[in-house]
Amino acid sequence: MYTFGIDIGSTSSKAVILRDGNELIAHVVVPLGTGTVGPKEAREKVFEISGLTPQDISYTIVTGYGRMNCDYADDQISELSCHAKGIHYLLPTADTIIDIGGQDAKAIKISPRGQMLAFQMNDKCAAGTGRFLDVMARVLNVDINDLGPVSEKSTRPVAISNTCTVFAESEVISQLSSNIPIEDIAAGIHNSVAKRVVGMALRLGRSQNVAMSGGVALNVGVVHAMSRELGCPVLVHPLCQSAGAIGAAVLAWEKYLKGEGKVS
Amino acid sequence: MSENATLKENTAATDTAAAPAPKPKRPKPKSMIMLGEQTNALFENARIAKENGEKVGWSASIFPQEIAETLGLNILYPENHSAGIAARHQADPFLQECEGPLGYSNDLCAYAKVNLAYASVLNGESNVELPDGGKMIKPDFLLLTNNICNQLTKWYENLAKQMDIPVFFIDTCYNAYDYVTETRVRYVRAQIDKLIEDLCAFTGKTWDEERFKKIMEISQRNSYLWERANNLLDRKPSPLSGFELFNYMSAMVCNRGKESSTAVLQQLNDEIEQHIKNGTSTFPVEEQFRVSWDGIACWPYLGHNLRTLKKHGINMVASSYGKAWAIEYEDLDGMARAYCFASTNGDNATTMIARRIEALEKFGCEGTIYHVNRSCKVMDCQMMEVQRQISARTGIPFTSFDGDQADYRNYSEAQFETRIQGLVEVMRQNKEAISNG
Repeated sequence: MYTFGIDIGSTSSKAVILRDGNELIAHVVVPLGTGTVGPKEAREKVFEISGLTPQDISYTIVTGYGRMNCDYADDQISELSCHAKGIHYLLPTADTIIDIGGQDAKAIKISPRGQMLAFQMNDKCAAGTGRFLDVMARVLNVDINDLGPVSEKSTRPVAISNTCTVFAESEVISQLSSNIPIEDIAAGIHNSVAKRVVGMALRLGRSQNVAMSGGVALNVGVVHAMSRELGCPVLVHPLCQSAGAIGAAVLAWEKYLKGEGKVS
Repeated sequence: MSENATLKENTAATDTAAAPAPKPKRPKPKSMIMLGEQTNALFENARIAKENGEKVGWSASIFPQEIAETLGLNILYPENHSAGIAARHQADPFLQECEGPLGYSNDLCAYAKVNLAYASVLNGESNVELPDGGKMIKPDFLLLTNNICNQLTKWYENLAKQMDIPVFFIDTCYNAYDYVTETRVRYVRAQIDKLIEDLCAFTGKTWDEERFKKIMEISQRNSYLWERANNLLDRKPSPLSGFELFNYMSAMVCNRGKESSTAVLQQLNDEIEQHIKNGTSTFPVEEQFRVSWDGIACWPYLGHNLRTLKKHGINMVASSYGKAWAIEYEDLDGMARAYCFASTNGDNATTMIARRIEALEKFGCEGTIYHVNRSCKVMDCQMMEVQRQISARTGIPFTSFDGDQADYRNYSEAQFETRIQGLVEVMRQNKEAISNG
């Protein structure tokens, strides 16, 4: 029995097909989010890879920023619960999740069964989000995927003090014009994200079993900065970016078992 | 101004345009009609008094209204008025005027920003069109207590300077302890005595002790009825959609010492009791979850808040906000004592937490929604610690959202929806865990 999970984010779309709620059949990430062709492409590709068709799917759950605008899903669930479930699937020992998405950052406390117990989210300011890193990568003229490796070469990270993205951008430009090495600025940017998000995560209490979710978890510089700020290792799974979609597919399986919704 | 286009304030109008044919509106209950008449009378009486050469005042919301009522003064309420402007999506030109030509900071309380701009129009210094035709007539004096907010002091000082009018002011202290010392009572009582004396001298009115006693009886009756109406929401399901109580706050804020409020609140109580008797509710869908609301209403998005909660069957049955006006006292000493403790912003965290836990239990709340209000930084100051401690002690989940009591630019609909959905998912799990033993 197959379930389909799709995470329509603000900057990317992730699609996943699971067999019997545990076997990952296919997963796709398309770097285009809600309001673009991204969700459609992700869906088409994941079916193409799996060799399945929508008729083979027993239950579909959509999550993410664009979850309200999906007409084929059986149900929509918040990205909070989906990341909780998805990370539990990928990293079962984690009890605290930090998810940095395109436009918001979340800290989630989960039960041993992967259920969300409590959560904190950033205020609507973009600082500490994936969008913040996008803006900074552009200013540094570094591909967003290279920002992490570049920052790892830093020996003297600068301090980025502003919590506002626009002001931080000015600060970075000022550092650049003072000929500060790009790697030190990149490391400073990652530290600034980590400080902001860790401050929020600690409101849920301290934990030694923290995992990162979402695309920003692929940035090794952020993960290391986060680990330093938390004072413990941070678990990251290679499929972290798809964690929300995986969680959606797992929840789709659970709902299917309960007999909720339609069977197509 | 392109930014304004994306931050279009008329969200309600936008939503309506996109929606299918609107459902026929539920007829207004009699209590709401009475309330509307009372509000109209408040403004109309002030206008007539002004025309007759009497002095008219503006007052802070938690000022002992009975003083003005005893003296027969006509008083209008800037905070209440600004909330109304914001709720009707009319705040934008005032915010622009205040932050632009008038030169005030964006960080000020948005009630203050709207009112300072409005006052500037009344004073002939600004040209913003007044959507209500100027019914908030120009004051001759100001009544102020700082128990709800210290920024009010500067706001009113500016109004006083701008219009060259006096402020009659009662200073209260922050409560580091959960009791009030007699020294503090004497401090506030002395100010009340002096304020009455000065107000009489300024307005030409006379203090009548017998009339004061009568007004206090009315006020206490109203306080009782208001608290009772709030408390009737402890029934399951609640007979009322909790947000509706916000509409009745003007009866307590602006008219606490008036018999017309007794009539409105008695009618409201009767209507709620009728719902209880009939097993009906004004909450339009099945009540699946009961929550408490912490903080001032997010007036510019009250409709969006309500629609989002309704979608998930969430009824807001307890609020620390509305009950702030259920103040009990019988004489001037009692008044002094009560006003030492008359606002959540004057309370220490221990008191705030104890009151909220009591309310969560009484009303059977399964979650709390905290409004992190950009306009009211004092209220936000203790909120993080309050939510942490309450959640740790009760295990009741919560979420918070960024918003504003009157500045529509400080809110994101998508973020509110995600947070509420997250809270629902935790509350549902908790419910299932209980039913599964």
